[in-house]
Amino acid sequence: MVESGFYHALKVDGDKCFGCTHCMNVCPTAAIRIRDGVATIRPDWCVDCGECMRACPVDAFYVEQDDFDKIFQYKCRVALVPAVLIGQFPEKVTEAEIFSVMRELGFTHVFQTEHTAGIISRSMVETAREMEDKPVISSFCPAIVRLIQIKFPSLLDQVMRIKPPIDASAVYFRKRLEDEGIHPDDIGIFYITPCAAKIAAVKSPVGEEQSPIDGVINMQFIYNKIYKRIKSRHETSSISPGEMLPLLSPGSIKYSLTGGEASRMEGRCLAIDEIHNVIEFLEKLEHDEIEGVDFLELRACDQSCAGGVLVGGNRFLTTERLNKRAGRFEGVADIPGDIKAYTHFMSNNLDIGLLEPRSMMALDEDMGEAMRKMQQVRHLMCFLPGIDCAACGAPNCQSLAEDIVRREAQLSACVFIQRMMEKHSKLSGEHALKIIEKIWGKNRLDKDCKKKGAADEANIEE
Amino acid sequence: MKFKYEIEGGNFSKAGNASSAVKKILKQLNVPPATIKKLVVALYEGEVNVVAHAWNGCIYVDIDPDRIFVTIEDEGPGIPDIGQAMQEGYSTASQAVREMGFGAGMGLPNMKKNADLLNIKSEVGKGTTVEITTLLK
Repeated sequence: MVESGFYHALKVDGDKCFGCTHCMNVCPTAAIRIRDGVATIRPDWCVDCGECMRACPVDAFYVEQDDFDKIFQYKCRVALVPAVLIGQFPEKVTEAEIFSVMRELGFTHVFQTEHTAGIISRSMVETAREMEDKPVISSFCPAIVRLIQIKFPSLLDQVMRIKPPIDASAVYFRKRLEDEGIHPDDIGIFYITPCAAKIAAVKSPVGEEQSPIDGVINMQFIYNKIYKRIKSRHETSSISPGEMLPLLSPGSIKYSLTGGEASRMEGRCLAIDEIHNVIEFLEKLEHDEIEGVDFLELRACDQSCAGGVLVGGNRFLTTERLNKRAGRFEGVADIPGDIKAYTHFMSNNLDIGLLEPRSMMALDEDMGEAMRKMQQVRHLMCFLPGIDCAACGAPNCQSLAEDIVRREAQLSACVFIQRMMEKHSKLSGEHALKIIEKIWGKNRLDKDCKKKGAADEANIEE
Repeated sequence: MKFKYEIEGGNFSKAGNASSAVKKILKQLNVPPATIKKLVVALYEGEVNVVAHAWNGCIYVDIDPDRIFVTIEDEGPGIPDIGQAMQEGYSTASQAVREMGFGAGMGLPNMKKNADLLNIKSEVGKGTTVEITTLLK
């Protein structure tokens, strides 16, 4: 557990990270700093969106995932599979094939995450009618919920407190298996995740006390495992018929794609994907600039879950495949028959509990003190160059100034300030280099022909 | 602490920039979210009023731990009848402005609703000054 009590799935591999600024520049909450030559993440500012992982040129970011063998701790091993997993495979690979391979890998049950999408939608429509403060905001994307908690706390009351399909389906399938007579301790539910935020949400849920999910498996990992088996099967042309799952309605298949929720809600509904787009819109929403909108579907990734950072396939092709698939299932009931029998149970178990603000913006808890610090920041900005080069290890001059006021950095971290200090003989060249090495790592400026783009990158030594 | 932001009359694409800047400052000062929301809604209305009606204007923000005092000053046509302008739905906005989604006649009433104290002074042909006070204690 991190000190803030917020679990984070995203980690930095200190051996792979060579200290560049890509991740720091894209982080939507400015949570990354470079120290000792590696990226460090501020736990209370990170929302696990995964932008850093996407931007990293050397794959230094990884997600902490449960060991696959953990599933064998349970007698009843349930894989909870979101539709985007299917969307990654080429068209000729059938769902039946994918699910039968998953059973071969060791799962006893394979269930679809979007199985509960229909009943969730119905509950959302009903809840939205009763909520006065519009637009109502979906709680589907865990990175967005965290973003609102830390950056837009005044909008928290507008967030719907309804479980997304991942949690609702886990609760539902657990209950059904228990009703079949399986002992609760024997049931292990494992979610195949397309993103880091869902791992974080499972390990430390925002509203609920405990997650109904026992473990999380990286989608890229399982995709590779499945595809390898399917490939070898094709070669020996012994295709097993596999197991047929209950059919999903077109709306459920498309639920995690952009528009998947907005298309089902009442009134004026908007679907916004990609976290920077979401931030831009929430800024406007916060001062009531947006009028007459009833519902907001907000997703952290471009193309929503099809663009999840752990989805290996191309997001546009994944979206296309799911749309095509949905077209083949016209007429399938939106709420499956087996769920109808559990309507009462589900309506009692869809609430996610209270969402607490966790504002990260304040310079200090005490307003008088915060004002004093703000004045210091503004004073420091008089000296910093405003180039936002990030050579100080912070994403921009403003962030460095705020770090200095928080006593987490020093003004001499700025390479331009260093120059000015040298000019006035207040800093020796040697000392300046030491400061740089403290941020960017020892010997960071030494000649290195192996680095990306350099003379010997990928060269075989003779 | 005192801040000043300039507003360009007629430029709707920039309406809201000053309000956003003030909002960011208030968040950094740890002002409670609900208080920020109310003030920023009032401020945004005021900013849009200047953009829609005046030639140019300025927002002055004065913050101390007890209260936030905002003055929105403009050079513009002024308001002939403030009492009338305070009525919900009363609008002098042109058709073009209304088509952009502004000018529904809710500006001043909405500002009043979201301010602890609201004071308006106006001189026809010269300009308008709106003062908003938000109490913090």
